[in-house]
Amino acid sequence: MPEVAGTAAREEILRRIRDARVPAAAPVVRGYHREGPGGVELFAERVADYRAVVRVVTDVPEALSSLRGKDVVAPDDVPDEWLVDGVGWLREPLSIGELDRADGVLTGCAVAIADTGTIVLDGGVAQGRRALTLLPDYHVCVVRADQIAGSVPEALARLQPTRPLTFISGPSATSDIELNRVEGVHGPRVLEVLIVT
Amino acid sequence: MARNPVTWLGSPTFPKAARVALNDTQLRQNLRKATGTIRGRRAAAVAEMDDWEQLRVAGEQVKDDVLARLDTLLVQLEESVTARGGTVHWARDAEEANRIVLDLCRAENATEVVKVKSMATAEIGLNEALEAGGVHAVETDLAELIVQLGDDRPSHILVPAIHRNRAEIREIFQRRMGVEVSDEPADLAEAARTYLREKFLTTKVAISGANFAVADSGSIVVLESEGNGRMCLTLPDTLITVMGIEKLVPTWQDLEVFLQLLPRSSTAERMNPYTSVWTGVTPGDGPQRFHLVLIDNGRTATLQDSVGRQALRCIRCSACLNVCPVYERTGGQSYGSVYPGPIGAILTPQLVGDMHDPQAASLPFASSLCGACFEVCPVRIDIPSVLTHLRAEVVEAKGRTAESVAMAAAAWVFGSASRYEKAQKAGALARFLARDGRITSLPWPGSKWTSSRDVPAPPAQSFRAWWKENRCQK
Repeated sequence: MPEVAGTAAREEILRRIRDARVPAAAPVVRGYHREGPGGVELFAERVADYRAVVRVVTDVPEALSSLRGKDVVAPDDVPDEWLVDGVGWLREPLSIGELDRADGVLTGCAVAIADTGTIVLDGGVAQGRRALTLLPDYHVCVVRADQIAGSVPEALARLQPTRPLTFISGPSATSDIELNRVEGVHGPRVLEVLIVT
Repeated sequence: MARNPVTWLGSPTFPKAARVALNDTQLRQNLRKATGTIRGRRAAAVAEMDDWEQLRVAGEQVKDDVLARLDTLLVQLEESVTARGGTVHWARDAEEANRIVLDLCRAENATEVVKVKSMATAEIGLNEALEAGGVHAVETDLAELIVQLGDDRPSHILVPAIHRNRAEIREIFQRRMGVEVSDEPADLAEAARTYLREKFLTTKVAISGANFAVADSGSIVVLESEGNGRMCLTLPDTLITVMGIEKLVPTWQDLEVFLQLLPRSSTAERMNPYTSVWTGVTPGDGPQRFHLVLIDNGRTATLQDSVGRQALRCIRCSACLNVCPVYERTGGQSYGSVYPGPIGAILTPQLVGDMHDPQAASLPFASSLCGACFEVCPVRIDIPSVLTHLRAEVVEAKGRTAESVAMAAAAWVFGSASRYEKAQKAGALARFLARDGRITSLPWPGSKWTSSRDVPAPPAQSFRAWWKENRCQK
């Protein structure tokens, strides 16, 4: 009877914790900065530090005219004008195999963080499910200037924790071999960020 | 009770293992280079933050609050995860946790699972338990893969293969993957990518650990770099997450502290490339079955110790390893545990919970007490204080030992001037044992001392004898 056994373990662990009688802790003092300077410039600089491609643009379709790749995935709800001519757009539903064979993916984002050069996807508008931004080797992400939060605390405050979230800071990388950074292990090898002002 | 696999079966005590490791010049060279590099980078990443100390204090306080309210927070986490379609399991020890995971794999008819690097699953010996039950676990983190394919053991919390250089890694990959590859890091990473890609796309069950779990929302958080984590956390149908009961933060807001402390402390980056957050299951996106296994395995016993419990604040960043002069010279495997370095020296013996275990009891002595570990710890664990506290426990557990007998004898000798002078004359005989002015092995009971350190040979003439000869007036 696994349920009963599980309950016994639960009760015993909770009892052991209570038996330890750990005294109440002092209130948390949040003396750290909750806000950062923010801004397009800082965000662009920090994204570029991760060896991502970053461009500040005013016209998304024009910027996308140089999009690389024949088969590029676009989530269902990207703005129509992003679907520029000359690209073979792939739309959902897509199998894992089809995603794996795609050349790239184009998405928006939920929030960006200037301090750390991070973009955050939450599966909301223009982002699609998580596999879309994982399997193709090239990810183009459009970030509106008003989506850039200054700091990590500001960004978390804007996010809904119960949505599936992916924080992305530069392309996939490893430092496991003599601590040499190598881009592109399993995730996209190229990350391009278009900041729209 | 079964043996806790947090220590490796048959491992020698730290002084014995360290003596062997110190003679391995390749190992020392690999480690000196790696830890030296990461130390410099971490210092630069931290220097960028003028509120670093305030973040550390907040990190300490949030985790202390977690330990004080662990029972209610765990129940809250369970409720939030369950409300979002996940299933929560509780395991008192490693054996129970392993059985739960094996049963879950069997329920999915899985014979192979993909794994995200996780200290909790290494601690309970999950891979070995699954293998014994007919389920092969594939490690997908590059460093873990190097360790797994090399039939090796990890030597670092963050970079388990830190003791290997590129030539050694190339040799392991060529032998086990059957491919020709150069020793360029980019080529080696590419070989791992190709090797694992098919597994990511086809494997139905994944196993992960958790860096954090948010009690109020039920969200689980995994930080990683390579994207292997995202692959495991989103592509399979079933996700099993194994985490220690102390990995909580109370609220979503609290995460803001740790998402700043952890990356800079561990990889010296402003932010790690990927962080995944999920809460139960999301229809149409990611695994549709989610199991969370909460493990105790010595944690509640650690919680009982008012000094030692601060080790449970640890967020596994490994900054303490990279600054430790002892770790740098002996390597992680000398600690005989999945938790090496300064944090391992205090966490491992507490999780083992048996100071009569000679190997675990040797770990609090694997330190020079220089304090560098405390200075870099992002949650301000006072490792030196816990080390001395645990040393006292070890001595107490030993009762009347060779050491305490020797100390009693010393007190008797020091108690009388004539006995002391006689002893000094006898001590001068020890010069015959010395080579290059050092004694590396004394007969028992002196061997208790020289098993871990050398003794300078006594001078030919004692100071008292010299004084008598040269300065004493008749």
